[in-house]
Amino acid sequence: MWASILIASFGTYVEKLLGYLLPQGILERESVRRMTGLLPVSLLAALVAVQTFASDQAFLIDARILGLGVAVVALLLRAPFLVVIIAAAASTALIRWLGWMP
Amino acid sequence: MGWKRNRRKSGGENRSIDTNALGIGIATGAYALSFGAISVASGLSVLQTQSLSLFMFTGASQFAFVGVIGAGGGAVIAVVTALLLGARNSLYALSLGPVLTPKRKEVPYTALLTIDESTAMAFRYNASKKASRRAFFATGLSVYVFWNIGTALGSLGASALSDPGVLGLDAAIPAGFLALLWPRLTAGSSSENRKMWTVAVASAGLAMMLIPFLRPGLPVLFSALVAVAASLMWSKSSRPAGGN
Repeated sequence: MWASILIASFGTYVEKLLGYLLPQGILERESVRRMTGLLPVSLLAALVAVQTFASDQAFLIDARILGLGVAVVALLLRAPFLVVIIAAAASTALIRWLGWMP
Repeated sequence: MGWKRNRRKSGGENRSIDTNALGIGIATGAYALSFGAISVASGLSVLQTQSLSLFMFTGASQFAFVGVIGAGGGAVIAVVTALLLGARNSLYALSLGPVLTPKRKEVPYTALLTIDESTAMAFRYNASKKASRRAFFATGLSVYVFWNIGTALGSLGASALSDPGVLGLDAAIPAGFLALLWPRLTAGSSSENRKMWTVAVASAGLAMMLIPFLRPGLPVLFSALVAVAASLMWSKSSRPAGGN
């Protein structure tokens, strides 16, 4: 675990550093600019889906989907980050405690 | 650092920069509470969790790293996912270079503080190079301090619980990713937002279809192909053929 933490930390730091050391011309390449803008959208959307519906390698619908729904409502109401997350966790915990969803 | 000088000339703007920087720091610090808790719930120790906030210091990558580990995806996929998410920091640094013009010895800590929030503030206060620098460093330092305090409180709090799952922390993880994704889907022009939604929905759909076939973590990596395909498609259509 420690090795992967160090490698990932070093790698993300080098990514930041590279930007200050690379020649500016790279910015002018439209495809590079587009791709670095779209990568977080793809990865974060996929992470939302997988962390909501995956249980190891099985597709599973459980109380997490309620938490995600509550998070969407909170975001539409422009709630701050921490409120979004606490609302999602609390609603999920509540519905499990009530025994309505696993 | 540079922003201590020049107080007399632009005290009002400096105060506005500092107040905003402090507010952003406190808000992300509150968010770090959930990172600390989720990281410990995913199986990392308090010290490992803190190391991520001290040295990686880029929220989305940190969340993704512990998310993949917690889902059983393994170290390699966790590292690759964190690096792919961190690639945007290279782009930030590239565009910040001419604005901040860091001296050689300033580059190491300037790089560490290059994140979503400090970049946004540097470009928001673009009236002068001094203002941009002050906005960047005040925001970067403020977020760094509060992000690490929040991480420590969150991880220590969660490690005191016997079963974090009872608190719905497994649902806090996708909600956290959604909260990070949301501004990217709603901040641009309506045509830009539509493109972002298309990429997001296609990526989520692809990842979900791949869940049964690939080991945990890999479906998310494969979804990056959607971003690659979309960027090639859209940059080709947005300019004349024959360019390099």
